[in-house]
Amino acid sequence: MGKHHLGEFEEVVMLTVAILTNDAYGFSIIEEMEKRLNRKVSIGALQTVLRRLEKKGYLNSELGESTSVRGGKRKRFFTLTSSGKKVLEETKEQRMGLWSAVPEFVFGK
Amino acid sequence: MNSIPPKYPLKFFRWFCNPEFTEDIEGDLLERFEKRKEKGKPAKWLLTTDVLRLFRPGIIRNFEGTKKLNYYGMLKHNLKIGYRTLLRKKTHSLINIGGLALGLSIAILISLWVHDELIFNTYHENYEDVAQVLQKQTINGSIGVQSSIPYPLGDELRNKYGSDFKHVVMSSWFGDYVLSHGETVVSQRGGFMEHGTPQMLSLKMLKGARDVLNDPSSILLSQSLAKAIFGNDDPIGKLLLIYNEAEVIVRGVYEDLPRNSRFYNIQFIATWELYVSSQEWIQIARDQKDWDNNSFQLFAQIEENSIMEAVSEKIKMVKFDNVGEDERVHKPEIFLNPMKDWHLRSNWENGEREGGPITYVWLFGTIGVFVLLLACINFMNLSTAHSMGRAKEVGIRKSIGSLRRQLIAQFLTESILVASIAFVVAIVIVTAVLPEFNLLADKEMVLPFESVYFWMTGIAFILFTGLLAGSYPAIYLSSFRPVAVLKGTFKTGLSASVLRKGLVIFQFTVSVILIVSTLVVREQISFTSNRPTGYDLESTIMVEMQTQQHYDAYNIIKDELSKSQVVLETAISSSPLNQVWNVRDGFTWEGMDPDFTPFFPVMWISHNYGKTVSWNIIQGRDFSRSFPTDSTALIINETAISYMNLKEPIGKTIRWGSRDFKIIGVIADILRESPFSPVRPTIYSIDPHSMSNFILLKLNPEIPIAQAASTIEEVFIKHVPGSPFEFDFASEKHARKFRGIKRIGNLSTIFAILAILISCLGLLGLASFMAEQRTKEIGIRKVLGASIQSLWRLLSKEFVLLVSVSCVIALPIAFFALKGWLQNYEYRTDLHWWIFLYAGLGALLITLLTVSFRSIKAAVANPVDALRSE
Repeated sequence: MGKHHLGEFEEVVMLTVAILTNDAYGFSIIEEMEKRLNRKVSIGALQTVLRRLEKKGYLNSELGESTSVRGGKRKRFFTLTSSGKKVLEETKEQRMGLWSAVPEFVFGK
Repeated sequence: MNSIPPKYPLKFFRWFCNPEFTEDIEGDLLERFEKRKEKGKPAKWLLTTDVLRLFRPGIIRNFEGTKKLNYYGMLKHNLKIGYRTLLRKKTHSLINIGGLALGLSIAILISLWVHDELIFNTYHENYEDVAQVLQKQTINGSIGVQSSIPYPLGDELRNKYGSDFKHVVMSSWFGDYVLSHGETVVSQRGGFMEHGTPQMLSLKMLKGARDVLNDPSSILLSQSLAKAIFGNDDPIGKLLLIYNEAEVIVRGVYEDLPRNSRFYNIQFIATWELYVSSQEWIQIARDQKDWDNNSFQLFAQIEENSIMEAVSEKIKMVKFDNVGEDERVHKPEIFLNPMKDWHLRSNWENGEREGGPITYVWLFGTIGVFVLLLACINFMNLSTAHSMGRAKEVGIRKSIGSLRRQLIAQFLTESILVASIAFVVAIVIVTAVLPEFNLLADKEMVLPFESVYFWMTGIAFILFTGLLAGSYPAIYLSSFRPVAVLKGTFKTGLSASVLRKGLVIFQFTVSVILIVSTLVVREQISFTSNRPTGYDLESTIMVEMQTQQHYDAYNIIKDELSKSQVVLETAISSSPLNQVWNVRDGFTWEGMDPDFTPFFPVMWISHNYGKTVSWNIIQGRDFSRSFPTDSTALIINETAISYMNLKEPIGKTIRWGSRDFKIIGVIADILRESPFSPVRPTIYSIDPHSMSNFILLKLNPEIPIAQAASTIEEVFIKHVPGSPFEFDFASEKHARKFRGIKRIGNLSTIFAILAILISCLGLLGLASFMAEQRTKEIGIRKVLGASIQSLWRLLSKEFVLLVSVSCVIALPIAFFALKGWLQNYEYRTDLHWWIFLYAGLGALLITLLTVSFRSIKAAVANPVDALRSE
């Protein structure tokens, strides 16, 4: 816990990057998130979070090759770093720990 | 219609976005735009909102910018590094800043002093054009310069050379006069001067006008005197009495003259006409056009387009042309002494200008520069000594592309930062000690905080000190080769340590010279203070006879005082005890060399003068009322015997003017004038007709002084009711003659102490650096069995050696400099060898103490600590 705490949006973004593996760049992340989570994501919000995560050392980024689509602008591809992976796993374990601690009758099974 | 992405939102985006992100985010925007267009959404509008939502911290570019138009960033960086370095080495910084601050304080104090000396008399607006008229006369082969001039000279200049002068002003000597207004009676310093004076001296009139001295009954008062007499009443038009006889009317009040004016403390100016009408001998001098009676002062202001030197040359022979053959043998020469030279350059040596206090301006100025230099040397020494610590930093900076120029700039920024802090500390120190310094220097100086020049000078000081102190370290440190430094094969060079030693030697040379000077000045003071005065200094007091009443009541006062037992003896005399007021010529005697023109100070005294001052008769007898012939008798002093070349002085006859006098006694020399000059041959004669100016009283030593003074005051007030009772102790007047030299003594003591202090600070810094460097070595030596003493010797040896070298350099320099200084005093101490020994030993002792402070700490340290640390 403590300094490795991830926000909900940060967690979702990182998971999306993980899903997309080698094809995670700004717009593809937005599309993926909109598709899977059915929520609206603005470029501004996403980009801020991406830069922040990069600064924290959870993500790496690298510019791709220039293509003829999207006005010749290059894509910036994001990948998880090892510490990024570690923090995701920790978050997951915490959630699982919480889930397993919930008494069964709460959800009435 | 929706086919192209909108231009302006994208432009806006490119403007605000951090350039690192622009490309890929713009790509995302465009991709999303295309997607939305396909789906038939309002893509343009949505893109615009997207752009607006990107306008947030994290995406917006850093507006400090990446391209800088100035070096602000670098400067900020340098200051930050400098600040951090200061904090990291606290002792080092403290020594640096403390030393520099001390040096700067001294430099500031001396600058204030020098400035005050240089602006002397500039209060007077006609500073450039005002002069005092002086004359040179050749007497017995040597040329003397005097400010006393004859009465007709003023009129002669006005009448014959009027076109060259704007004002020619005769003046009396300035002295204390009794002024009274009703019940208020004061005795104040003032003078009688002709009517151009207020204009010439540009007196700032607070009340009344400048041109009022045409009326003989006018008087101008200083602001403080007007306040003292009239309080808050308007003084204009009020009546005052001078000497209890002459009535004058206050016509104006002028602003008090500042301390650095020649006319400081002149509290009133009355008219010349009043002066002339009050004294018969002056009227005689005026009516007979007496060119021989040199008893007045003369000031002048030349016309604006005249040249001082030219006018001076023009009037050269004006006295010579007007006197007879008997005066022409003295070759009287009249000349102008310009106001700008009055204070600093008015010593005369055989008729030539021979400097004056300007010597001390130079001397103290030099000392100031040297003390500042000593402080700068500390900075240089410590910076180069600690260069090992910064060598790595320099190496890394160079590897990543620092230019040498930038490194120099960095180190200079640091030294200027230190100098600025030191300057602020110095200002605080100066503000704190300025009142004391003013007392010491007899001045009224203030730090001119509101003056632009002051701050400009301050900044100049900071830059000068910073650049001077920082230049060598900057050049030295920036010269390191990065490869050598980073590989670890780097050693601080031999040249640096040689220079360091040289600088330490220089510091201590200056310090030792200052110590020797201080000791010699103090020795000279005590030597002259202990000079025998030849009379009883302690129990004699003098009262000036300021009014006719003093003369009239003298005998009653004398009787009453002797009855009261407070006063043992009473006498009158023409000169005060500690001065010579009358010098006469016209003496001849049997066996005198006919080419010789003897001059004697003459004292006219009453019969019991000798008993009053307790002089020592070594041959013959004192004056006595039982010998009526004593009215033509003389007593001479010991020096006069050899001056007159007499074998058997007693009974010899001397012709003086038209009368014959007989020598009846010889007394031991009495020290009346400068304690640094030999006593002049002096003649004492019974006062024939009220030549006297002073009443002398010998106090009864058994009665406390306060009680005696009040009894005497009662008697005087009773019989001389119109005058305030004032008296002087002979001892006090005597002590006043040492003021000048004591001031020099005190100032040089302070400078010497500070120089030593600054040098020792530097030494302490170096010693602790050395000890730090050799921690391992000391540890190993200790483990192998070295004693504390041998370690202490090891660490102190070098410094003792350096200081010994400084002594060898300093002592001869000091010897010759001080020999020259002592030449100024005819009565002087010898340069004793022990003074030099003490100074040398003192410097060594101080060095040992300073160094030991650190070296003993290093020597007793546990070797385990030294060797364990890695």
